[in-house]
Amino acid sequence: MSDQPTVPEHRHPGTGTYLAVAAVLTIITLVEVGVFYVPAFKPVLVPVLLVLSSAKFALVVMFYMHLKSDHKLFTLVFSLPLMLALGVGLALLFLYGAFVRG
Amino acid sequence: VTHAHAHTTSTGLDNRKLAFWTFIGSECLLFGSLISTYLIYKGRSVRGPTPQEILNIPLTSVSTFDLLMSSLAMVLALAAVARGDRVRARVWLGATALLGAIFLGFQAYEFTAFVHEGLTITTNLFGSTFFTLTGFHGGHVFVGVVWLLTLLVRSFQGKLGPDKALNVEIAGLYWHFVDVVWIVIFTVVYLIQ
Repeated sequence: MSDQPTVPEHRHPGTGTYLAVAAVLTIITLVEVGVFYVPAFKPVLVPVLLVLSSAKFALVVMFYMHLKSDHKLFTLVFSLPLMLALGVGLALLFLYGAFVRG
Repeated sequence: VTHAHAHTTSTGLDNRKLAFWTFIGSECLLFGSLISTYLIYKGRSVRGPTPQEILNIPLTSVSTFDLLMSSLAMVLALAAVARGDRVRARVWLGATALLGAIFLGFQAYEFTAFVHEGLTITTNLFGSTFFTLTGFHGGHVFVGVVWLLTLLVRSFQGKLGPDKALNVEIAGLYWHFVDVVWIVIFTVVYLIQ
């Protein structure tokens, strides 16, 4: 049995990338809190917040959890349950009438 | 930063890392069910306090920033361990654990304030789902802090060299997952009221 890796080593991002991601995460958080307090955003608050939150989620997963540079199998074993959780959550919300007004 | 895998496997990937990603996948289902339950019962409490009356957005924004910065400290700790920089590894591991502990302090303060304002886990549907969801998350943060402190102790014992970078990477995966769960909770529970 060889001690050699059978999959090529992966390269993680550098410190500069980590700091840049942290700066973007901070800016997005400030924007999130900002739009929460601005009455003009009230009609589009939910979609705007969901997009901003998804962007933060994706940044952390891709760069800090290294899925962008790591083996695709890791992305698969993370994404499938995530999609399943989203699907089950949406199905439950429909089932319990969470999207019904009034 | 590069990592060599310690042994060959049928997938060509390190078993521990693959197993941990699978565990994180199962955690997606756990938190998915908790968040769904919170949303299903949202607005169905027959008495207060309601989220609009009690949630403290400025305080939670600060704790959210704190947790985001702990993720930055975690990746810097991993980078330091991988290049064999023991001093910086200790600094960043300690910083990550400290920021995690500060987050727990914010949560303890928030929970205490809510109880004083009349919201407990048995008060109404909001209280039950809110404390269950954020309590489970806080429990995960606590486990993460303990894990980070054990890594810090290993570092001071001289047992956390570049050959152990994968151990730190796996702890980091856990920590970042706790962070992304909070990103979702902050939006769904606190900002979308």
